[in-house]
Amino acid sequence: MSPQRRRLLLAPVAAALAMSGPWALAQPEERVVRIAARKFVYLPHEITLKKGVPVVLEFTAEDVVMGFNAPDFNVRADIVPGQPARVRFTPDKLGEFTYLCDIFCGDGHESMTGQLRVVA
Amino acid sequence: MNRRNFLKLTGLGGVVFASALARGAGNYASSQDEFFFVQLSDTHWGFQGAAVNPDAAGTLPKAIAAVNALETQPDFVVFTGDLTHTTDDPRERRRRLSEFRDLVRELKTPNVRFMPGEHDAALDDGAAYQELFGPTHYAFDHKGVHFIALDNVSDRAARIGNEQLGWLKADLEKRKRDDRIVVLTHRPLFPLYPQWDWATRDGEQALELLMPHRNVVVFYGHIHQEHHFKTGHIEHHSAKSLIFPLPAPGSMPKREPIRWDPGQPYRGLGYREVEAEAEPVAYPITELPVVKA
Repeated sequence: MSPQRRRLLLAPVAAALAMSGPWALAQPEERVVRIAARKFVYLPHEITLKKGVPVVLEFTAEDVVMGFNAPDFNVRADIVPGQPARVRFTPDKLGEFTYLCDIFCGDGHESMTGQLRVVA
Repeated sequence: MNRRNFLKLTGLGGVVFASALARGAGNYASSQDEFFFVQLSDTHWGFQGAAVNPDAAGTLPKAIAAVNALETQPDFVVFTGDLTHTTDDPRERRRRLSEFRDLVRELKTPNVRFMPGEHDAALDDGAAYQELFGPTHYAFDHKGVHFIALDNVSDRAARIGNEQLGWLKADLEKRKRDDRIVVLTHRPLFPLYPQWDWATRDGEQALELLMPHRNVVVFYGHIHQEHHFKTGHIEHHSAKSLIFPLPAPGSMPKREPIRWDPGQPYRGLGYREVEAEAEPVAYPITELPVVKA
């Protein structure tokens, strides 16, 4: 077998090793944060995230349709009772950012907010 | 002398915000076509909270009395939404809307226009509001100005929606590019401060339809304070509330009502006169207090 042909045959093996073995490129682990939304609070309402680390926020609504909107990260979701809603994003800036319910849900809707704290 | 100059000279009005829009609008040279209307907003009838307004049941009647006491009565009065404070109880919602309707019948001006806010309409898609006040979006003409009332609140997610956007498009296609157009909404059409829900989800689509028209101005409510902004050549002017003021966008950690100051009752509350001038096209605003100092 020529050296060139051997390299071609071994290429998929090398690729597989690169993806799964000790040589794998470091990928930040995705974190899942579960949040319950009910009139007129998010539980928990303060969430600490790491800059550059992907996160999944998983919401459940207990009574009526709610919204989740974090304008600073351009992510939002409708939260329908019985249907967990997931948003996936990677915080790309440090600081404290407000998120809010953007589906009018009654008297108290305006106070339904939370804080995303993004740390280094 | 027009009303704006008269008010300036006599010092009757508050801050006068005036800016001319694009020039070259049709044949509106006659001062006979100039008129003014009054905008009242965010009355939240039914609200209770002594710390922010211990005279919640008295503020709207005082504002009505103040409008009735104007030396010259406006051509019309418009309420730009949140007529009532929200309630989960459909019967109570209708009761508040009925009381509000009966109260504003005291206005001397017979021509009164209404619009819903999310507090009136979002929990039942505008059903109770429509029973008492009619359609939530509509258009009318007055002395050469085309008025368009847009509903960006009946949808709980603050969308104008494709159906209404199609209606807007069809309405605008009938206008000449230099027609004078006044848009009335409750929420801002532009993303003023989405972190406090001060936006319309599909407001950009409405603005795209309005952009080709050279003489467009928007008057709205929702944010309980005076605010002036331009998107392209379109001016946006929000009105004060008649129940409690809110802080300037992003100026506080939370969007909470500014507390009542016994030393300065009714501070931050008020209504406005809007002059519609034809040549040049301009809408000078005079802010007026609920109670004269």
